Amino acid sequence: MKQGNGTVPRIGVYVCHCGTNIAGNVDVKAVVDFASKLPGVVVAREYKYMCSDPGQSLIKNDIREKNLNRVIVASCSPHLHEHTFRHATLEGGQNPYLFHMVNIREQVSWVTEDKMSATEKAKALVEAAVYRVRYHEALETKEVPVNPDVLIIGGGIAGITAALTLANAGKKVYLVERDYSIGGHMAKFDKTFPTLDCASCILTPKMTAVKDHPNIHLFTYSEILEIDGYVGNFTARILKKPRYVIEDRCIGCYVCVEHCVYKTPKFPSEFDEGLGLRKPVFIPFPQAVPLIAAIDPETCIEFKSHRCKKTCQEACRDLVGRDAIDFTQREEVVEVQVGAIIVATGFKTFDARRIPEYGYGRYPNVYTSLEIERLVNSSGPTGGEIVMRDGRKPRRVGIIHCVGSRDRNFNPWCSRVCCMYSLKLAHLVRERTGAEVYNFYIDIRTPGKGYEEFYEKLMQEGVHFIRGKVAEVTDWTITPEETGKLVIRVEDSLVGVVRRIPVDMVILSVGLEPRDDAEEVRRQLNISCSSEGWFLERHPKLAPVSTFTDGIFIAGACQGPKDIPDTVAQAGAAAAEALALIDRGSVELEPNIAVIDEQKCSGCHVCIALCPYSAIAFNEEKNVAVINEALCKGCGVCVGTCPSKAITQQLFTDEELLAEIEGVLLV
Amino acid sequence: MKKKVAFYWCASCGGCEEAVVDLAEFLLDALEQIEIVFWPVAMDFKIEDVEQLTDGEIFASFINGAVLLSDQEEVVRLLRRKSQVVVAFGSCSHQGGVPGLINTHDRQDVFDYYYHNGPTVQRNGNEMPTPTGAKAFHVALPEYYGKARPLNQVIEVDYYIPGCAPPPNVVKDALLQLLSDSPPPRGTVLAGAHSLCSECPLNETKPPEGFKIKQFVRPSQVTHIDPDTCLLMQGLPCLGPVTRSGCNALCIKGHMPCTGCFGPLDGVRDFGAAALSFLASLIDSNDEAEIQRIIDEGLPDPLGTFYMYSFPGSLLNEVLQKGRQKARAWREREETVEAQTTENQ
Ligand SMILES: Cc1cc2nc3c(=O)[nH]c(=O)nc-3n(C[C@H](O)[C@H](O)[C@H](O)COP(=O)(O)OP(=O)(O)OC[C@H]3O[C@@H](n4cnc5c(N)ncnc54)[C@H](O)[C@@H]3O)c2cc1C
Ligand code: SF4
Ligand code: SF4
Repeated sequence: MKQGNGTVPRIGVYVCHCGTNIAGNVDVKAVVDFASKLPGVVVAREYKYMCSDPGQSLIKNDIREKNLNRVIVASCSPHLHEHTFRHATLEGGQNPYLFHMVNIREQVSWVTEDKMSATEKAKALVEAAVYRVRYHEALETKEVPVNPDVLIIGGGIAGITAALTLANAGKKVYLVERDYSIGGHMAKFDKTFPTLDCASCILTPKMTAVKDHPNIHLFTYSEILEIDGYVGNFTARILKKPRYVIEDRCIGCYVCVEHCVYKTPKFPSEFDEGLGLRKPVFIPFPQAVPLIAAIDPETCIEFKSHRCKKTCQEACRDLVGRDAIDFTQREEVVEVQVGAIIVATGFKTFDARRIPEYGYGRYPNVYTSLEIERLVNSSGPTGGEIVMRDGRKPRRVGIIHCVGSRDRNFNPWCSRVCCMYSLKLAHLVRERTGAEVYNFYIDIRTPGKGYEEFYEKLMQEGVHFIRGKVAEVTDWTITPEETGKLVIRVEDSLVGVVRRIPVDMVILSVGLEPRDDAEEVRRQLNISCSSEGWFLERHPKLAPVSTFTDGIFIAGACQGPKDIPDTVAQAGAAAAEALALIDRGSVELEPNIAVIDEQKCSGCHVCIALCPYSAIAFNEEKNVAVINEALCKGCGVCVGTCPSKAITQQLFTDEELLAEIEGVLLV
Repeated sequence: MKKKVAFYWCASCGGCEEAVVDLAEFLLDALEQIEIVFWPVAMDFKIEDVEQLTDGEIFASFINGAVLLSDQEEVVRLLRRKSQVVVAFGSCSHQGGVPGLINTHDRQDVFDYYYHNGPTVQRNGNEMPTPTGAKAFHVALPEYYGKARPLNQVIEVDYYIPGCAPPPNVVKDALLQLLSDSPPPRGTVLAGAHSLCSECPLNETKPPEGFKIKQFVRPSQVTHIDPDTCLLMQGLPCLGPVTRSGCNALCIKGHMPCTGCFGPLDGVRDFGAAALSFLASLIDSNDEAEIQRIIDEGLPDPLGTFYMYSFPGSLLNEVLQKGRQKARAWREREETVEAQTTENQ
């Protein structure tokens, strides 16, 4: 075996049981015995929880007493505890980068069938580390200042809350919302469970506060094009799409809308879930923030044929004197620098068409819950009156829970809010129409403050509850009582009979899903998604709003289904994490970056254009390439490419990797 | 006392011998300091003359060509014993060179082709050269081992002079260094320390923001080569970035891309792999089908392009030889099994 970097290695190996997580499937003692005989190993120990205080003390003491100059811990994923053990190594008096971590939990004990092969695998990985660490060198971390501004992506209740918290703490916030208005899903609701307080009464003041706050720069109808940089120093390119109305001239007076050549609204309103109509020039809803008109080029005659009389423009100019309408507006790209990013892009609802048995899209009187939210809303398309598409008031209403959720064929997860909003809608429908309301549920889940009480209240109000998964919604009627109605067929699992319940209106309580573009956003930000597509937190319990990318936090329903109270709490936590980062003032950069040896570089230019982070520049004077260490992410592209072997990647040098391979193969 | 030197050639084209002759006056001047004791191509010495020298009596032996045959191995081993310093001279001795491409073919295939199937061969009988030779002529022929080897796979080598063939300036420099009082550390390749780009006059035509390549072309496919733009940027697969400097960009000045005869820089384990890796990284596309098209159209002969001089010393060769060994062992086992079954019947 080669000597490594000069110093005689004195290696300490620590194998963790992780309770039974590792010890249950790996013969830890055998691994320790094996490790103790490897060249350079001075001490090899096992311990139940290496990450605990006593576990860390083992390392610190051994470094001092046995003069260790290399430390290996075989335990869980470096994601979890690399930092812990590097810190312990530092406290023991050695450079933290003389430490190396071996993952024998996620990569061995959890995924290997029998104990024998798991133990062999663990040995091989430990041996690889023993060979590798002799090439480790003491490395220095770099401190870089943190930009105090924050970017928030998504202006739902999560984004709004985080923005206001940060802005109130004196931080400058860029809030980027894709839609014409902020507010997200909550802006569509009339009432919120369980208190039934008016959604817009509590949301609108917050929305206006965002607009008026001197520290918040709001970008609506905008998207993120690209995110560059690293913790403390991100650059975001924001695409402002044209709304064909000059933002600072528009006062939201509706005059343009009134004077559109379309005398009456003709096109389905997106905000009203298609239940109401709008004109090509419109303001999405009366409480919109910003309260600014927009023109939809898909439906506007001027954009189609260039032959419109443009009465809207004329009215704005001549009657209001603002001249805010600009048909030639182009998209615009704005670049901002921030130190932290909060992702709050929310969710989308399950597409009810995917379950054809429930008749959505086939029977006009089958609605999604989100549509009903608009129908019961006093500023909705019917002014809060619950009338069906055929103009009738429903006398019997069925609400089907868990549509698309807790279903092996669709989404296995519980969407967490559907039971509660179904109860809310049941209450509102009954209150407004006096109709008989039937809830079809699998289980009622009301774990929240005041939630069970709300359920209790609903039962007393005389709302019916039928336990069973609905088989189908059909217009195939048998009895005279059913005639002209939709029939919900369900096996009532409490009574054990199949029942047919005739109703006028069906409400499908659609579940929550990740946004369609979640994967794209994930890639832009270089964060992770769970297999279902929700953004992944760094730790499900201990770091619920952090991601695996430093400086990027997540809040609200983009992390998983949740109600407004949880969303708001998470948004507060994300804001606090961002604040903590900013107020720390500086961050340490991991030294796992690439460095160019000026002596060896031939100046061939090959590496320069390859760097995905544009971290390499050419120094004409010295005729060598230079890596900007703050921009380098350590991806290694240039390292593999340099034909002069002038580039090394710290912590991943050729020697280290080859030694590791040698070690694995030796066992 | 004059220092004794020897020159020898193994499997080579003779160009390296020419390179020595090209030293012209310099060689004549050098003869004041050195005495040639063995140079089969130019002077009448016999192997016995070398055998009679004491071990280490020769100051330096310059050996060119790859080692292909048993007699070559015998002579280089002898020279090693008699010399203080052995210098691998030229690409073939340094890395295996063009004759080294023979390693891509099995011994049997080579013989079949050259003695039976080749288009210029008259097929009469089944005569094949064997170590015992052609009986009719009473000569013994050297044996072909089935692969070419660079010199350092046969004997210990102290220095390398790269090039196909090494240009006079490189040879002169190398000789001066070897004869100086402080010769370079053993193992040194006696040429530039950076890649060819560092001494290429076209390097400064590369833009500071770097470049990528949309299409590769072969010199024979282009009617016009812009003499004032980096050849690589024009799509010619120039191996300058991965090749050791020292030749003063001779080929580039003749508007031909570098084919890599000076071999890799220190630290590169496999020249072809390094060449492939840098060239592939420069392809300006993320679309798999397009990348495949760019490669198919522009680099139809990857082995010849990337391993023209370096195949026998490469990892790829190692893998191939090991595979061949395994296959042979397998075949032999099959044959014994077969023989036994026929016997039993
Ligand atoms: C029918 C229904 C009724 C509900 N009723 C209640 C209730 O009564 N009480 C309660 O507590 N909870 C209720 N909920 C849950 C509630 O809707 C969520 O808890 C809440 O909306 C989550 O807020 P959010 O900000 O995380 O996401 P969202 O509300 O989805 O907001 C996300 C915002 O981000 C924007 N965005 C998305 N992607 C991008 C991008 N790439 N770039 C820029 N912007 C982007 C979106 O346009 C949107 O404005 C209900 C849910 C449903 C479906
Ligand atoms: S690829 Fe290597 S040799 Fe070429 S410019 Fe970059 S660092 Fe220098
Ligand atoms: S490792 Fe090289 S290519 Fe990758 S980010 Fe760093 S400089 Fe760029």
